[in-house]
Amino acid sequence: MISLVLVCILLLLGLGIAGARLAHTPSGNSIVYGGSLGISCISLPIALLSLAATPSTITLPLGLPWIGAHFRLDSLAAFFLFVVGLGSAGASLYALGYGAHEPEPQRVLPFYPVFLAGLNLVVLADDAFSFLFAWELMSLASWALVMSHDREPGNAHAGLVYIIMASFSGLALLLCFGLLAGPTGSYDFVAMRAVHPTPGLAAIALVLALIGAGSKAGVVPLHAWLPLAHPAAPSHVSALMSGVMTKVAVYGFIRIALDLIGAPTAWSGILVLAVGGITAVMGVLYALMEHDLKRLLAYHTVENIGIIFIGLGLAIAFGANGLAAAAALGLTAALFHVFNHSVFKSLLFFGTGAVLTTTGERDMDHLGGLIHRMPKTAFAFLVGCVAISALPPLNGFVSEWLTFQAILLHPNLPQWGLKIAIPADGALLALSAALAAACLVKAYGVTFLGRPRTRAAIDAHEVERCSIAAMYVFAALCLLAGIFPGVVIDLLAPVVHTLTGARMPTQLGVAWLSILPVASARSSYNGLLVLLFIAASASLAVLVVHRFASRATRRAPAWDCGFPDPRPETQYTGGSFAQPIRRVYGAVVFRTHETVTMPPPGDIAPARIEKHFSDVIWDVFYAPIAGAIWRASEILNHLQFLTIRRYLGFVFAALIILLFALALWQ
Amino acid sequence: MHGYAFDIAHMLAGGLVLLSFTMLYQDRLYPLINMLALQALILALSVAWQAHIQHAPHLYITAAIALGFKAIAVPWALRRMVFRLGIHREIETVVSIGLTMLAAIALVALSMMVMLPVTAHADPIAREDIALALSVVLIGLLIMVTRRNAVGQVVGFLSLENGVNLAATGAQGMPMVVEISVAFSILIAFIVIGIFLFRIRERFDTVDLEALDAFRGEKR
Amino acid sequence: MAVIQGLLVQGVQMALVLLLAPLLTGLVRKVKARLQRRRGASLIQPYRDLKRLLGKEVVLAENASWLFRTAPYVIFAVTWVAAALVPTFGTGLLFNWSGDLIAITALLGSARFAQALAAMDIGTSFGGIGASREVMIASLAEPAMLMIALTVALVAGSTQLSTIADYMAFSAVGLRVSLALGLVALIIVALAENARIPVDNPATHLELTMVHEAMVLEYSGRHLAMIELAAALKLLLYISVIACIFCPVGLAHGYAIGFVLYLFKLAVAGVLLGVFEMSIAKMRVFRVPNFLGAALMLGLLGVLLLFVSEGM
Repeated sequence: MISLVLVCILLLLGLGIAGARLAHTPSGNSIVYGGSLGISCISLPIALLSLAATPSTITLPLGLPWIGAHFRLDSLAAFFLFVVGLGSAGASLYALGYGAHEPEPQRVLPFYPVFLAGLNLVVLADDAFSFLFAWELMSLASWALVMSHDREPGNAHAGLVYIIMASFSGLALLLCFGLLAGPTGSYDFVAMRAVHPTPGLAAIALVLALIGAGSKAGVVPLHAWLPLAHPAAPSHVSALMSGVMTKVAVYGFIRIALDLIGAPTAWSGILVLAVGGITAVMGVLYALMEHDLKRLLAYHTVENIGIIFIGLGLAIAFGANGLAAAAALGLTAALFHVFNHSVFKSLLFFGTGAVLTTTGERDMDHLGGLIHRMPKTAFAFLVGCVAISALPPLNGFVSEWLTFQAILLHPNLPQWGLKIAIPADGALLALSAALAAACLVKAYGVTFLGRPRTRAAIDAHEVERCSIAAMYVFAALCLLAGIFPGVVIDLLAPVVHTLTGARMPTQLGVAWLSILPVASARSSYNGLLVLLFIAASASLAVLVVHRFASRATRRAPAWDCGFPDPRPETQYTGGSFAQPIRRVYGAVVFRTHETVTMPPPGDIAPARIEKHFSDVIWDVFYAPIAGAIWRASEILNHLQFLTIRRYLGFVFAALIILLFALALWQ
Repeated sequence: MHGYAFDIAHMLAGGLVLLSFTMLYQDRLYPLINMLALQALILALSVAWQAHIQHAPHLYITAAIALGFKAIAVPWALRRMVFRLGIHREIETVVSIGLTMLAAIALVALSMMVMLPVTAHADPIAREDIALALSVVLIGLLIMVTRRNAVGQVVGFLSLENGVNLAATGAQGMPMVVEISVAFSILIAFIVIGIFLFRIRERFDTVDLEALDAFRGEKR
Repeated sequence: MAVIQGLLVQGVQMALVLLLAPLLTGLVRKVKARLQRRRGASLIQPYRDLKRLLGKEVVLAENASWLFRTAPYVIFAVTWVAAALVPTFGTGLLFNWSGDLIAITALLGSARFAQALAAMDIGTSFGGIGASREVMIASLAEPAMLMIALTVALVAGSTQLSTIADYMAFSAVGLRVSLALGLVALIIVALAENARIPVDNPATHLELTMVHEAMVLEYSGRHLAMIELAAALKLLLYISVIACIFCPVGLAHGYAIGFVLYLFKLAVAGVLLGVFEMSIAKMRVFRVPNFLGAALMLGLLGVLLLFVSEGM
C-alpha cells in the first residue's frame, strides 16, 4: 500500500519537473493539472482502504545515511491522506479550467505538484528528519506559489511574513522533536513512542508542538500570515492552503500531542481548549471586518481551526481523566470537522476564484448581483455558505453538533480549570457559529445578491465547465456528509480507536441512518430525515399554494417603502452590513471608533463617516517583537564596520567566556 | 438528594446573584433602586428560610430587619433623595455593560473556585450559600467600581452588604450580635454617604464623581 | 401498527401547530387591543389575512432572483419542521429523535439565513438594514439559546426535548438556580427571536428601528403569506419549547389531557405576552445587544453553576 503512495508522490515530483519544462507550451496546463488529478485519484482509494488496515511501514535509504527515511501508513495517516487526496483532486480538477487564466504559468506549474507531494509526504513521514523535510518542502513550495503574483500590491509583503512564520514553525517543531528524541537521540517515531518523557519535558514539547503546528494551522495569535498569504496565491492554491495545508498542520499536532508524547495531561487540555475557543471567535470577528472575499475566507479558516482545536482539547482533557469514550467523541468531532472544513472551504475558494477570473475583483463592495450572471457558481457557493455556517442539513452542522455533545458529556471532571474552560468553550463555539452565519450572509448577500455595483460585475459570466464540476462535486460532498454522517463516523472509528483506545458506537446499524453519539435516550440527529422533511413540507407548501391559491405574478420596480433609488450605491455594502456587529463586538476586540462629520444644515459639504480600528493582536504580539528585532539589528549593525583586530578580540573573548563557563559548570 | 431545604436555599441565594446581575445591567436609577429593594426582599426570604431550617428563631429578627430596613426604608429614602436632588436619572457606566457582565461571570466563577474547595467539609447548604454570597459581594464591588454616579455606588455598596448578610446567616450558629452590628454598620455607612451626597451636591452642583476629579487638580 | 399510530400522531402534531399558530398570533393581538381599550380585530383575523394574501398576485421586484422566490417556502418548511420536532400535547412523537434542541435552534438559524439572504436580494437599503440587524441580534440570541440548551441538557442528561420533558415531569428535579437562569434567558431569547416588543415591534412599519418587517418589505401575495405563517409558527414553537421544558404538565397523561392542557398553556402564554408587550417600551436598536448579552451571560452562568455543582 504505502509503496504505491510513495510512487504517487514520486510521480508528482516528476510532474513538477515536467511542469517547469512544459509551462510555456499550450498543453502544459492540462498535462500538469490532469496528471495531478489522476495521481490524486489513485491515492484516494488507497487511503480509504488503509483506514482500517494494519499499519504498513517502509524504510528507504534516503536522507541522513545512518537513519534512512522511514514512512508509515497507519489509520491516522490514511485519514489525512484521504483529506489531502480529496482536496488536491478537487483543486486539480478546478485548475483544469481556472489555470488557463494564469498570466504566468511558469511560476505556478512547477511548484503545484511539488506542493502536493509535500502535503502527502508530511502525512506519511515516520521519523523526525523526513517529517521536517516534508514540512519544509510543503512550506517552500507553497511560498513559491504565494509569490507567483509578486507584482500585485501586498503580495510581496505576504510572502515575507509567510516565510518568516514558516521558518518559525519549522524551528519550533525541530526543538519539539529534539526534546522528544530523548537521551538516545533517536529521531525515529517508533523510538519516540516508546520513550515516555518526564512531565516537564512533555509539557514543553506540547507547547512547542502547539506553536509549531499551530502557527501553520493559523491558531490565534500565530495566525497573522494566513490572511495575507492564502489570498495572495492563485485561487486553487488558496483552496489547497486553506482547505488542506492547515489540516496537515492539524495532523502534525495530533501526531505529536496524541501519539508521540503519550499520555495527555489535563492542563494541556485546558491550554488547547483556551487556544481553540479564542481562535474560533477571533477568527470569525476578523472575518466580519473584512470586505476582501479571499481574506474573509482565510479568516474563516482561522475560525474553523479553532473549532477543530476545541474538539482536540476535549479529547485531550477527557483522555487525561481516563474517559476514553468521551475522548473518542471529542476526537471524532474534531476529525469530522477536519474533513468538512477541507470540503467546504475548498468549495468556497473555488467560487471566489470563479468570481475573480470573470470580474477581476476580490473586493465584495465592487461586486453584486452575480446570482443572475453566474447562476451555477452562485448555487454552489450558497451550498458552501450554508455548510460553513453550521446549518442543518449540511455537514458543518454535524461536526459542531458532535462537539457540543462532547462538551455535554462529562461535566464531572476533577480539575477546576476544565470545569470553567469547557462551558466557556461551549459559549465561544456557539458564538462563533452564530457569527459565522452572519458573516456568510454578508459575503453572499453583498457579492451574489442585490444589484451589480461596477461594470465588472455587470459583465460577469459563467466560468469553465471543469471549474463548475469541481464546485458541484464538493457541494455534493457537503450534502452527503451532512445526511449520512454515520458513514463518516464509522470510517473514522479505527483512527479514533488507535489514538484514544475507544471508539464511538457503530452508527451503521442504527435505524433510519440516525447518529447516536452516546445513547438514543441522550441525543440523536438524523440529517437525512430532516432533509426529507424539509423537502416534503416545502413541496407540499408549493403544491397547495399553487394549486389552491393565486399563481399570478407580476414584475414591477422594487418597492423599498416608496423611496426606490436606482443607483447601486444605495445598497448595503460589506462595511455597512457589518456595522451593527462592529459596534457590538468591535469596541472590545478591535478598539473601533467611528467619527461622523455632519455639515450644518444648508451646507452642501459632504457628510463623512470614518471608522478606525486597530488589530490588537498585531499591536500586542507582533509589533513589539518586530520593534525589538529592529532595535537589536540597529545595535548589531555597528559590528559590521570594525577593524580586524577588534574581530579577533571578540573571538578571543568568546573563547575565554566559554572556557570560564566550562570551568564553572564542573 | 438534599431535598427541598437545599433546593430552596440554593434558589434564593441564586436569586440574589441574578438580581446582582440585573443591577449591573440597569442603567437607570429608579429601576436600579427597585432591584435593590427586590434583592433585599429575597435576602429577607432567604434569611427566614435559614431560620426555618436551622431552627434558629433569632434569625427571624434578622429577616425582619432586612425586610423592614433594607427592602422598604432604604430604597424609599434613596428614591426620595434622587427625587429631591433631581439627580440625572441615567447612570453613566465607565466600561460597556457587556464587558462588566463578562467580568461578573468571571467573578462568579472565581468565587466558586475559591470557596468550594476551601469549604469541602462544611454543610452543603452553607457551602453553596457562601460561594454565592461571595459572588454577590464581588459583584457589588464591581457595581461600585463601574458606576460614575454616586447613587449607583451607594447601591453597589448596599448590594455588597446584602452578600455579607447572606454569608453570615448561612453559617450556623452565628450570634445575633454580629448581625446587629452589621446592620448598624450599614446604617452608619448609609448616613455618611447620604450626608456626603448632600454636601457634594451643595458644593459642586453634581454627583458625578468624574466631575470631582477636576477639583483635585488631576485633570486628565 | 405502532408505526402507523406514531405516524398518525406525528401528522396530527404537524397539522395542529400549523392550525394553532395564527390563532395564537390573533390572541396576542386581541389582548393588546383590549389593554389599549380598543375592541381589536377578531381572533381569527390572522386566518383571514392569510387567505387574502394567498389570493393576491405576487408583485416581484424586477431584479428578484430565484433565491427570492424560493426563500419563503424554505423558511416556512424549515420552521414547520422545527415546530414539528417540539413535543406539544404528548412526548415520544415518531420523529422527535431526528433532531434535538440544538438541531431545532440550528434549523431556525437556517430559516433566518434564508430570510436575511432574501432581504439582500433586491438590493434595497431597507433589506440591507433589516438583514444586518437581524444577524446582529441572532449573533447573540443563538449562542444564548445554545447555552440554555446546554443548561437543560446537563440537568436532564439529554438534548432530546421528549426525554427532557419526561425527565422534568417525573424526576425530582427540585428548584435549580440554573434552570431559573435558563428560563429568564429563554424568555429574553424568545422575545428577540420573534421580533416582539422590547427588541422589535411586530406592528410597526416605516420606521427606522424595524428589523423583521424591513426584511420582508419586498414580499407580497402568497410569498408574504408563507413568511407570516412561518413567523406565527416560530412564536408557537418558542412557547411550546418553554412549556415543554419548564411546565411539562400533562404531557404524559394521554393525548386528550395533554391536548387540553396544551391549549391552556398556549392561551396563558399568549395573554402574558400581550400584557408584557403592553407594559414596556421598545428599546433602541443598540441597547438590544446589552439585553441579549444579558441572556447569553445568564445562560453561561447557568451552565457554569451546573458544571461546578456537579462535582460536589
